[in-house]
Amino acid sequence: MQDVVLALLAKEPSHGYDLRRRLVAALGPVGEALNAGQIYVTLTRLEKAGLVLEEREDTPVRGPRRKVYALTAAGQERAAAWMTESAGPRSDVTDFHLKLVAAAESGLADPLALVDARRRELTRSLAEVQRGVLTHDANSEAGLLLEGVALRLQADLRWLEACERAWAARTARGRDGGNG
Amino acid sequence: MTRDGQQVWGRPQHGGREGGPGVQAVGATSRPGEDLGPTLRTVGLTRTYGHDESLVRAVDGVALEVPAGQTLAVTGPSGCGKSTLLQLLGGLDRPTDGEVWLGGQRIDRLGERALAKLRRRAVGFVFQDYHLMHELSAAQNVELPALLAGASPRTARHRAAELLTRVGLAERARHLPAQLSGGQRQRVAIARALVNRPLVVLADEPTGNLDSAATLDILRLFAELRGAGQTLVMVTHDERVAATADRVVALRDGTLVDDTLLDGIGAGARLGSLLSWEG
Repeated sequence: MQDVVLALLAKEPSHGYDLRRRLVAALGPVGEALNAGQIYVTLTRLEKAGLVLEEREDTPVRGPRRKVYALTAAGQERAAAWMTESAGPRSDVTDFHLKLVAAAESGLADPLALVDARRRELTRSLAEVQRGVLTHDANSEAGLLLEGVALRLQADLRWLEACERAWAARTARGRDGGNG
Repeated sequence: MTRDGQQVWGRPQHGGREGGPGVQAVGATSRPGEDLGPTLRTVGLTRTYGHDESLVRAVDGVALEVPAGQTLAVTGPSGCGKSTLLQLLGGLDRPTDGEVWLGGQRIDRLGERALAKLRRRAVGFVFQDYHLMHELSAAQNVELPALLAGASPRTARHRAAELLTRVGLAERARHLPAQLSGGQRQRVAIARALVNRPLVVLADEPTGNLDSAATLDILRLFAELRGAGQTLVMVTHDERVAATADRVVALRDGTLVDDTLLDGIGAGARLGSLLSWEG
């Protein structure tokens, strides 16, 4: 979660309430359990690690000046590194989804480029699994495990296809001035 | 692969076609051992349908090289142009623009008769719905293209028997397609595609109608073909099928958008990270 929060702060400083609103918008029902307290715990940890700074809002839109969090140089660096680092075969759908959302919002990476890189990575993993599937009896213990892993990777690849379609459409809209 | 396999469907990695008994070599200008470059090559390959506002660019400026012995998977959503691309590669359709080279010979400008002759001898097609002749037995289906290419009945019969044995259907040689399962029909179709020792096998959704067990049988067969040096291009929307290839290219709106090499991947290196051993 730390990486997601850092990436969401990359475009502009933000306060905890706004971070939570953006996360809930991206997560839908998956994010319902997320409470403001958890966001502040994460922000405090990031502050202690020297990755974010707490500052006062310059010109409040309305109401009193609130605390906002901004990235330090080290925080900026880590957010950028997170974008380029590969997710690994165990990464789950929510993690990668948040990465795409944060990439689009922050401009740190092109979501479609991330989808392409992920597809290549998953395809390589699936290639490895399939070579195992072809050389093992489907009813053996090892064969059963390989079948399960192959089906999971296939599901991930199919979801990436949906990501590609949706982010391609959103990027096109974004260029026309919409908010994607 | 076994030495047996080499005899039945082995091909030299480079050089001219090694014509089987009674089968004339294509590209007679080439000598064995001469490097002909990629088995398949396209330059700016384009196929459009319709005119003006209703113009559809099914294949749009595709540049592709398939080296001898490579198994290539072409993937993409339906309507991306992958079947059209395969038909252009095999001379079943003509490009609107661009070039197709097969075994060092440009084929897109050949006359109908020369193209039909080349297709018969140098290309083996495998289709999703098998395209077997219903009234012919499995063996007769396999023999037919050999006979059409000028092989003697005896040679064709011998070759069909060999290939049906290789695809595990020696006992079903006299069965009609209707008496075979989907997976068995597709194995007959693959034997048929191989009967003239083609330069390339082109397979359009070869497992599209098959369940997972029959799909694995076909993929194991393709792996054997690869071991014997057969060049193979398959179109598939199934990620697991594509992942068994040496190389995967992605097609979107008629254009190649991704090209991933998968050769040299063994089973295990990445999979290790799936186990978290916290002992």
